[in-house]
Formats: sequence, C-alpha cells, structure tokens
Amino acid sequence: MIKKSFIGLAKPRLMYETLESLLPEPQNIAIPEKVTLLLETDPALLSGGQGSIKEKDKVKTGQKLTLAEQNAEYVIATVTGTISSITPFTGNFGKQYIAISIAAVPDEEINGDFAKVAEKNLFNGIRDFLLSCPGGIPRPLFSENRGKVKTLVVCGIDNDLLITTSQHMVKAEMNSIKDGIDILKKATAAEKIIFVVPRHLQHEASAADASIKIIDLQYPAALPRMIMKDVLGQVVPAGRTCEDLGVFFISAEAAASIGTAFKNGVIPLNKKITVIKKDGTATVVSARIGTPLSNIFTALNINLNEKDRIILGGPMTGSAVYSTEHPVLPDTDAIIIQDSLAMPSVSDYPCINCGECIRICPVNVPINMLVRLLEAGLYQEAADEYDLMACIECGLCAYVCPAKIPIFQYIRLAKYELARLQVEEEA
Amino acid sequence: MINAKKFTVSHAPFWHDGSGISSRSYNIMIATLPAIIAGLLMYGMPALAVVCLSISSAMIWELLMNLATKRPISIGDGNAGVIGILLAMLLPAGTPWWIVITGTFFAVVIGKEIYGGIGSNPFNPVVVAIAILMVSWKDFFDFDQALLNYDLNFVMVYPLAALKHFGTSAIGGFSIFDLLLGKQMGGIGSTFGLGIIIGGIYLIIRGIIRWEISASFLAGIFITALLFNISDPDRFAGPFFHILTGYTLIGAFFLATEDSSSPVNFIPMLIYGAGAGVMTVLIRNIGIYIDGVIFAILVMNLVNPLLDKIRPKAIGKVG
Ligand code: SF4
Ligand code: SF4
Repeated sequence: MIKKSFIGLAKPRLMYETLESLLPEPQNIAIPEKVTLLLETDPALLSGGQGSIKEKDKVKTGQKLTLAEQNAEYVIATVTGTISSITPFTGNFGKQYIAISIAAVPDEEINGDFAKVAEKNLFNGIRDFLLSCPGGIPRPLFSENRGKVKTLVVCGIDNDLLITTSQHMVKAEMNSIKDGIDILKKATAAEKIIFVVPRHLQHEASAADASIKIIDLQYPAALPRMIMKDVLGQVVPAGRTCEDLGVFFISAEAAASIGTAFKNGVIPLNKKITVIKKDGTATVVSARIGTPLSNIFTALNINLNEKDRIILGGPMTGSAVYSTEHPVLPDTDAIIIQDSLAMPSVSDYPCINCGECIRICPVNVPINMLVRLLEAGLYQEAADEYDLMACIECGLCAYVCPAKIPIFQYIRLAKYELARLQVEEEA
Repeated sequence: MINAKKFTVSHAPFWHDGSGISSRSYNIMIATLPAIIAGLLMYGMPALAVVCLSISSAMIWELLMNLATKRPISIGDGNAGVIGILLAMLLPAGTPWWIVITGTFFAVVIGKEIYGGIGSNPFNPVVVAIAILMVSWKDFFDFDQALLNYDLNFVMVYPLAALKHFGTSAIGGFSIFDLLLGKQMGGIGSTFGLGIIIGGIYLIIRGIIRWEISASFLAGIFITALLFNISDPDRFAGPFFHILTGYTLIGAFFLATEDSSSPVNFIPMLIYGAGAGVMTVLIRNIGIYIDGVIFAILVMNLVNPLLDKIRPKAIGKVG
C-alpha cells in the first residue's frame, strides 16, 4: 500500500504496475470438481418453472445455459457434468443473479453449437455464445438497439493498480488479440478501433490493425472516462455513459477470446487472473470460469486467516467477497489477498474540510460539500448541486481522506439508488 | 457454508494513504514547538502555567461535551489539544487561571462543540475565544500592562500599541532582526517570528495547512501596509513591521488556516487570505483596535461559505 509521503504537499502518484518482461507461463489451475456460474438475471424466473435447464440436467462444455428459451441472458458451461444446484444469488448493491453449479466429470465433451453458428455469422456468434467469455464482452455492444459504434477501445492496460492481466495478454497472446480485433471490426462495423497500451507495449501492440494510443501510467489514466477525455478528447457529460456517445470499451483479453474462438471453433473457457498475495508478490494464473477461489488458493499454497480480505479486482475499485467459494467470473482480472493487519480502518468522523479530496479529484467534484449531503441521504440534491454524476469512480478521494470517510462507497450507493429510482419512475 | 472462516468484507478503495486527523493534530503541535519553547524561555514559569492549563482545560471541556452530548470520546484526535496550545500562544504570560479556563470554554464549547464538533465549526474556535476575551476583559490583552513585571533585554513595549499611540517615531527601536528573533512583547507563542515561520513551512511541506491561505494572507498584509506606508510614513509603519508584530505570523500559519472555517478551492483561498490580510492592516492603521488579525479572520470566516462557492466547474458537468 502506498502511504502519504513526508512531503504531503506533493500529490500522491499512484502508478500502474508495468509488465516489462514476459512472466513465466500462467500457472494452470486444474479443472475443479464443481464450477459455479453466475447468470445475471431476475431470480423471479426461477419460480416460473419454465426454465430450459433444471437440476440434474447433464451439460457439455461450451453449452449455452439460459433459464428461459426466449431470454437472451445466458452463461456458457465451462465443464462437462451435471447441474447440481440453481439458486438465487445477490451481489453488490443487491444486484441479482442466479448461481448455477455444475458437478464436473473427468471426461470432457464439447458442445458444438458455437462452431455451427460461428461459421455463418460473426455478430450472432459473438452475441449468442461469447458474451461471458474470458474478459467479458459488454452486453450493450451486441444489443440490437444500440446506436452506431463510433469508436471501439480495446484496453491493453488494466484500469486498476497492481493488475497486469491485460498487459500479460498483450505480451503473450498478441496474435489472438489481432485476430479478435479484425473480427470485432467486421462484426460491430465500428468506425474506428483504438488499441490503448502502456508505452512499453507499443511495439507488441503495433501488430494489430488499430490505431495505437499510449496511456499514461499514473492512476486513474486507464479508467474509461479518463481515456475518453485524454485520448479521444471527448468529455462524457455527467449522467451519460460512454456508450451513449458511441464509444465502447473491451479488454484485450476479451478480444483475444474472440480471436481464439473463431480460429478454433470452440469457446475459450480459461480466465487469466493476476493473484496478489499478502506479501505483494503477483502470479498470473489461468483458471476455468466458475472455479471456486479456494481451488486457486490451494494451488498457490495461500493460507488465509480469519479477518483477512479477499478482493476481486484492484485496490481502488475492486470488491471484497466473503467466501472462498466465490467463483471466478468472466471479468475477475485480479484476486488480492489483504492481511487483516494491513487494512485501512474507517471511522465515523465527519468531514473536517481539509481539502485533500479536492486536490486529488481528477474531475473537480466538490467532495467536501458532496459528502455532507450523501451522509444525510440527500442523493438527488447531491446530483443537482454538487456534481455527483460527474464522478468517474476512481476512489482517490476516499484514499486520501484523513477522516477516513467511506466517500467512494457513499458515491456508488448514491448513484445506484438514483438509477433505481429512475427505473421505478419510468416503470 | 463449509468454510467457516470469517473474512472482512468492506468496500473500495482497499488502500488508504495512512493520513489521519490525529496525525494532523500532532504535526500542528510539533510545528508550534519552536515558538512555544522560545516563549517559555523568555517568560518562564508563568508562561508554562498558562500553556499547561490551556491544553488540559481544553481537553477537559471537550471530554465533558462528549459525555454531555453522548458522542464518542474525541480528545484522542488531538484537536482539543491543538486548540489549547494555540490559545495559550496568543495569551500573555501570567494570564490569570480563570481567563485561561474561560478562554478554552469559549473555544471548545462555543467555538466548536455546539456546532456539532470538529469539521462543523464556521469560525476558528481559537479566534472566537480570543475575540470574546479581548472584548470582555480588554485590560488583560494590554500587553504592556500584563507583562509589567518583566524586564527583558529589549524594548519593553508592545510594538503595535506603541505604533498606534505614537506613530512610527516610537518604533524606531525595533529592528527587523530583533522582531524576527522574538525580541518583542506579545503573546507567549506569537513573538518568535522565525520559529513560527519554521513551524509554518513545516506544515506547508507536510501538506497539513494550505499554503495558498498563508501566502495570500501575508501578501495582503504586505501590500496594504506598503501602500499606507508610502502615503504617510510618519503615521504608518512599513510592511515588514506589520508582518513581524502582533498576531500576524501566527495568524498566517496557524489561525487563518484552520480547516473547517477556511475555503478549500484555489481562488477562494486567495481571496480569503488576501482579504484577511488587507483587513488586518486596515484595522491596525485606521481602526480602533491595536491588532486586527483576530477580527479580520473572523470576518473572513463569515464569508468563507460564500467564497467557496467559486469553484472550478466539474469536468463533464452539464449546463
Ligand atoms: S471517486 Fe472521488 S476523486 Fe474519483 S472522481 Fe469520484 S469524487 Fe472524484
Ligand atoms: S478529504 Fe475527507 S475530510 Fe478532507 S475535505 Fe475531503 S471529505 Fe472532508
């Protein structure tokens, strides 16, 4: 963890990790006995009973699993075996999923549906089979009613600190990324494809048929909205999304997955993950999507103690999970183990108006005023008067706050609540 | 769940830069040391008594308020201690005990706790307390009176009072160098200019006070004093005299910079600091009070919320 320097007047500089030399091959995690796949959908569908899959069904690797035939949401079975349970699961901010567990059998059989579709139609091949591939493909990019894809940004740098998954992909699987970019260009009819990488990967990246842009190594330069501003020269208006402006982001890993999928006619299943241990050392592993985290910990000889913290994603924007049974997801780029002793505390202090957050916020949100409203639950006022919606969710304000106010959590919660209210109003 | 271990679940970010309110307070205390020690050496036991009583009574008031309002005990954050130290620095050595205790009561209870505690006070608590004391018992702030029993090896008159009553001819005996080294009368911790400057620079480097406020405050004083001085050199002292006397330096680095009652945006900080500087000299030169720092800061505290509305537009803000 990077502490404030003695010369506190200087802004802290949080730099992205760089992967200069190629690491050893990622360590392969054996196929687990059980995988759990999270299907992002309304659990109410479960009680309907018309689900196309049910417990005890046999599934093959690469088979598409959906709850209702007409329901577009799906996950791809990453092992061959029997469905052992289908249960509702609630994620962060009450996001609802259905957790499908599959007990794996050793003899793997591949489902050939993808190969059949893939030959005929690139767009449908991706939309119908690859959205939950390693790296994860943003659903809006392949929705029927999206507008024109003006720019597709392929990220060869991870957006949070410590993670080197994307850089690893650029180093190790540039050929697949290149193929993936070509396919994406055809499938999405994107007017322009930009490949963003850190400077030291410029050479590798130049193989791709895309315009290469260099990303600064100081956090938060690789966050989508910062890329929009610094690289594309477009400021996303508060309350709008990059997609609204026709700009879509996809990870280098997802591009590689697409490349491999069409080349081999099978859906890639292994997610690359940067695992960061308590001592700060990092290992890249490759694990089937759905593998319980505990399998990875066992394979790497990681011992966890009571009160340690398991973080999926990076130190600034990731999310903590409470169980080692939590599965690897398509976008689990990193797993960080944080020792209970290394954990920053939170306090119930109010804002002391020290101004540290104001100095560091990349988009000039008046956080010292904003937190006062958020603490009082005045979300709409916060959005109207103190630029809640302009926040790009970098987490720097909470990182520097001496009162240790969980500002970032307040901000995310407020945005989530406002979005929910809006949906309710429209309904 | 088979795995019974309990892991900590909380929210991003999972890193923190390690700063904290108490470390800020302790750093402010460290920064006051040069000036305080100089004061103690100069005035001896009576000064030490004021300092100790001020710190301890400030902390006790805070504790009592915590208990009375049933809020968590907050003296550990060091803020009450800082209030106590700063108040003592402004008082003359030998201030009667009941004035000290009343002073810390005004600072901690009236200046801070009734607004809801740290971070919610619209005025600098120490400045509020001193203002009330000055208005209520102004004789104790007549440094010439209060320090009557001392005969140190420098001109034993309060420089600003001499200037006010007799014009610049009366202050010829003060060299800039002497003033900087604290060879002047005044509050326990407010005369050793060099020490205060060192403490202030330390706080600026550590990022604990906002340099924009200190710098603009001093600039405001300098420019205003210079203009007065040019217009009538017999009546009005030069800028360096104003900067090195009274509460100017302690005001610039320790009082005007209090977090809660000062702005955080760049332009407002400049206006706030400069405004307080200009007003200080106006009060000293054409107002009725001998020193203007306290009232100037109070007035700027008052307009701070308005000033801080001048802020850069959020990137992406619509309309
Ligand atoms: S998370 Fe905080 S620092 Fe980052 S953009 Fe939002 S308000 Fe600003
Ligand atoms: S950093 Fe924290 S205490 Fe300081 S002004 Fe921002 S919210 Fe308030």
